[in-house]
This record gives sequence, structure tokens and C-alpha cells, in this order.
Amino acid sequence: MKTVYLDNNATTQVAPEVLEAMLPYFHDLYGNPSSMHSFGGQVAWKIREAREQVAALIGATPDEIIFTSCGTESDNAAIRSALATYPERRHIVTSRVEHPAVKSLCANLAGQGYRITELPVDKNGILDMEQFVGSLTPDTAAVSLMWANNETGVIFPVEKAAELARERGIPFHTDAVQSTGKIPINLQKSAIDMLSFSGHKLHAPKGIGVLYVRKGTRFSPFLIGGHQEKGRRGGTENTPSIVGLGKACELAARDMDAENTTVKRLRDRLESALLTRIPKCRVNGDIQQRLPNTTNISFEFVEGEGILLLMNEHGICASSGSACTSGSLQPSHVLRAMGVPFTMAHGSIRFSLSIYTTEEEIDFVIEKLPPIIERLRSMSPYWTSIAQACVSA
Amino acid sequence: MWEYTDKVREHFLNPRNVGEVENPDGVAEVGSIACGDALKLSFKLDENKRIKEAMFKTFGCASAIASSSALTEMIKGMTLEEAKKVTNQDIAAYLGGLPQEKMHCSVMGKEALEKAIENYQGAPAKEPGAQIICECFGVTDREIERAVRENNLATVEEVTNYTKAGGGCGNCHDAIRQIIERVRAEAKPVAPPKLTNIQKIKRIEEALEREIRPSLKHDGGDIELIDVVGNRVIVAVRGACAACKASDITLKHFVEAKLRDLVSPDLIIEEVAP
Repeated sequence: MKTVYLDNNATTQVAPEVLEAMLPYFHDLYGNPSSMHSFGGQVAWKIREAREQVAALIGATPDEIIFTSCGTESDNAAIRSALATYPERRHIVTSRVEHPAVKSLCANLAGQGYRITELPVDKNGILDMEQFVGSLTPDTAAVSLMWANNETGVIFPVEKAAELARERGIPFHTDAVQSTGKIPINLQKSAIDMLSFSGHKLHAPKGIGVLYVRKGTRFSPFLIGGHQEKGRRGGTENTPSIVGLGKACELAARDMDAENTTVKRLRDRLESALLTRIPKCRVNGDIQQRLPNTTNISFEFVEGEGILLLMNEHGICASSGSACTSGSLQPSHVLRAMGVPFTMAHGSIRFSLSIYTTEEEIDFVIEKLPPIIERLRSMSPYWTSIAQACVSA
Repeated sequence: MWEYTDKVREHFLNPRNVGEVENPDGVAEVGSIACGDALKLSFKLDENKRIKEAMFKTFGCASAIASSSALTEMIKGMTLEEAKKVTNQDIAAYLGGLPQEKMHCSVMGKEALEKAIENYQGAPAKEPGAQIICECFGVTDREIERAVRENNLATVEEVTNYTKAGGGCGNCHDAIRQIIERVRAEAKPVAPPKLTNIQKIKRIEEALEREIRPSLKHDGGDIELIDVVGNRVIVAVRGACAACKASDITLKHFVEAKLRDLVSPDLIIEEVAP
């Protein structure tokens, strides 16, 4: 059975060019870039090139790039560094829809006496900027807001928010794991102090992340060890993955236009076809301020896990914000923060496309999904009464 | 991804008895959309007062649909007295087991069955004097007490897995803890849940893998499960253990004790005849 992979916000395939770029660094060029011999030194040279490729994608300079192990590490390093920079400040501003890498860290810090403001969002997942400004105080040690939401794709105006934080002398961090490589980012023109992203969301391998730290921003390392990354992140460099990430960033810059035209068009096609063919469903999240590759659709009166498992029978991969798929008993915190009714939240499905998604794959999903929803609805005790109510009304 | 058994998967993909019985003798609806799963069960009796037809409609995850399907299959042909004795564990066992976090699906089946029988017999639908403990999922003290008693639950997390109570805001965790303490103090030591043979073998294998083998391997030994006959667990010792004179002491004092502790207190360990 062919796999139709529409779960690219979870992880992506490693691009063939990326894999090819990485392979020599496992077996042939395995030297330690810190070594004094040229066998290792040539690897250091390659890392320098990767650092330039990464910096170019986000409009940074190479010495503002720190390689880490993943997005979560970058998020932790950034927020903890801001707190270490201002030890007398005890307040953190974030949002209610952050990824667990930020959300759980903040909950943990709350247990250590920090005051956390979790900014609400409206029904479209949009941040209220007035509330944001109102939340900033002289006691605020850090702001951490995601650039784009992993579940809905909704984009926050982080550049504007960063300016407002800078005016007040507050370090600003953004978790850009979902937006990097999908929408243009130019940090030279922004007031963002720190930015995190992860390789495996943009066709590099898992286990490699980036933390951007603006030149002049005080930084306190999270992993203390050797002199790697100029003492800002100890640990021998993950050379194959760094080389792969460099290549992936170069490809992402090349494909940025396609992402915002071809991929976006396929996403829109999928979305509008499903909305037309399936009654009682709706899109979660603002449809304008949104990543080009993501759509989050709720199918009323059915439960997401069932949808996923029936799609799985056709090789279709997606994810859901339903309670049953998370292992917790409540549906996604993002959808709840947006006030999505329970009848809708349990039946939410996220499709996230990539540059490798084809027209045929989208057609396949458009063909297979309506009968799946119909089948589950025919089993649902709620659907009959709703259908009857519609007929009699 | 959840680790569902083939039987759960099969009942989810090909659910039996979906729908509503026409002119049912008993019918009940439990759960709600807010809770994430709901089940409507209806049945009809034949002239001998045995369940002739049973059908369900379920909103919920794969295990909720599979549990409902299993339930309708299990109770067909039963008298109401027999059906009343079906427990949530029977439903889970019929499906070859459910993930711990999904046990509440089997509890939902049991509740629907009970209420549908009450509906037929004209008994009160709601237990009198029951008090809502978990407001997020509308779970009463009676429901929690019963789950604790019947499934020998000891922690809030287990209660959440079986009843959903406490799975939302968490404000009721203290109240749940108090119920657990009260029930466990009242109850004489409850007989541990009866295991099917397959469950028993699975648990023994798990215990061997997780708790026993690593310790033996540490000393260069190993153990292999050969057979389980009733309560007799027949094993073969390998590696350094095979040559070790103290291996029967290890078997009795370590392996058997562990298995009794983790699986069932009646187990007896035996070494396979050479």
C-alpha cells in the first residue's frame, strides 16, 4: 500500500539531496571538527558552510547560529538564558497555544516561583495584541511566543510583538519550528532576540535543531561543556546532521516560492473539496493568517481517532486534536483555547502538506475521506438525531 | 499509536450489530460528546427472556467502538441475570485486552448494559444519593467507588483510566484519593481480577522480560518460558543459570516471588524436565 503522508507538521522525510550530503560524514569524513589535524579540520570547514546556509535562510549572520539537538532544547536554552540574564525578574509572558516544549517548561518554572502569563487567543486562534502589551511589566524576564501554531498553522505577529518587547527592554524568543522554511523570515529586519527551529520539520533529519541568538544578546548556555559553538553549547558537533541541515535550509530557500504557491494551492484544494463534500465540518483557525501547508478541519459528531485509523487503512497519514489520540482525556489545548466546541474538537483532523505532496495524493484523500466520515457518523448516536432534526426543520 | 490487539482492530473495522433495535425491550445511553465518547445500547428479548438482539451506536475512539461491538456479541443469548454478571473486565478480555488508558471504554459498555437492563426492569436509572465528584466528566462517587472495588484500583491515575474521573481540570484529585482510601479500607482484601489464560501468559512474559530477565542477564544467565498449565509456570534456565547449583533457589526465591507479586499469587514455578 502506498503511503500518503499528510503529517508534515509532525515530521518530514529527509530530502534525497540532504541524505546525499550527509552520507560522507558518517564513514569517510568522521573526524572531529575540533581536532588539530586536517582530517578533522575539513569537517569544521563543512560545518562553517552549513552555518552560513542556515543563517541565509532566516536572514541571520553565521555567528548568530547555535546548533542544538532539537527544537525543544533550543526553546529550553532560550528561555532559561533569558531568566539567567535577569535573575531579579520573575515573570514570563507566553500564550495558551504554545507547543509543550514551551508550555510545559513554563508550567515547570511556575512551580519554581515564576509568574506566568498565558495570553489567550480568539476563536480564530489570533493573539490579542492589546492584551499582549498590557501583560508586559518591568518584572517580565522573557516573552516566548510561537511564530506559527503546529496544530492550526495560525501565524502570530511575532515581529510586531518583538518590537513592543524591545521597547520595554524585555528579551523576546520565538518558537519558529513550524514557520521556518515555510514562510520568509528575515531576522536582520526584526527585533527578535532568539529563535528556535528544528531540522526534521524541513526535510533534514531528526536530532538537529537551531537556536538563533541575536548578536549582542546576553546568553547563558544550557549545556555546559567543551568550547563548541563558541562555548554556547557544549558537546561534539553532530556533523552529518549539521551538514544535512545546511543543505535542507538551502533547499527550503529555493522552494519557498513553491511552498507558498504549489503547496498552498494543493492545501486549498483539499480543504475546499472536503468542506464541499462533507456536511457539518469547518476549518479551525484563521484562514488568512496561516501557514501555506496546514489545514485543521473538524468533522462534527465523530471522533478523531476513528477517522485516523480508517484513513490509516488506506495508507493516509494525518493527526488529530481529539482526546483519544493524545492519551489525555481532553481534546487539544490549542482548540480549547480557541473555544472550539467539544462536538467539533473531538473530530478535528490536521493535514499538513509538504513540497513532496502530489496532486494525485490530494485527490486520493478527497475520494477516500467522505465515506469514512459517513461510516463513522452512521455509527454515532448523535448523528441520527441531528440528521432527523435537519430533515424536520 | 495505541497498541490495540488484532481483535480490537477487527471489531473496530468490522463492528457487529451497529444500529438500534426496533421496538427494544431495554435501551440506555451513557457518556456525552463533551466526554469524548458515548454509547447507545438497545436490546430485545425472545420468548424465553433471553437477549435475542442487541445493537449499539457509539461516538468515540476505536476501542470504544470495539468494546460496544464486543458487548453486543457477548450478551446475545444471555438471560438478563447472566448479562448482569458481565463485567468491564470480561469485555476487555473478550477483546484480548485494552490499553490501560482505554479501560474506560469497557466501563462505558458495562454501564450501558446495566442501565439498559434497569430500563427494562423499571429500576431507577440513577443511583439514589450519588454525588458528582468529577465535574469535567460528570462522574459520581458511586461510579468511582465501584470502579475502585471491582478493579482493585489504588491510584488517581488508575481511576482516571477506568472512569475518566480526574482527567480534566484535576480539582477532584483529592476527593478521588479519599474515595480510594475509604473503599480500600472498608474492603476486605479483594480477590485479584481473574485472568484468562492468554492474559496470564502475556503478563508472565512481560514480568519475565521487564523484571526478571535483566537481573539474570546481569549474572550471565537467562530464562525461557516453556508453558503455562493452570497455575504451573514451566520454564527453562539458560546461560550461566543452567550450570548454576543455586538455580532452583533463584527460581523459587526470586523468579516465583516476582511472578506471584506481579501476576498472580497462586503461581508455582517449575523447571522443565531436562
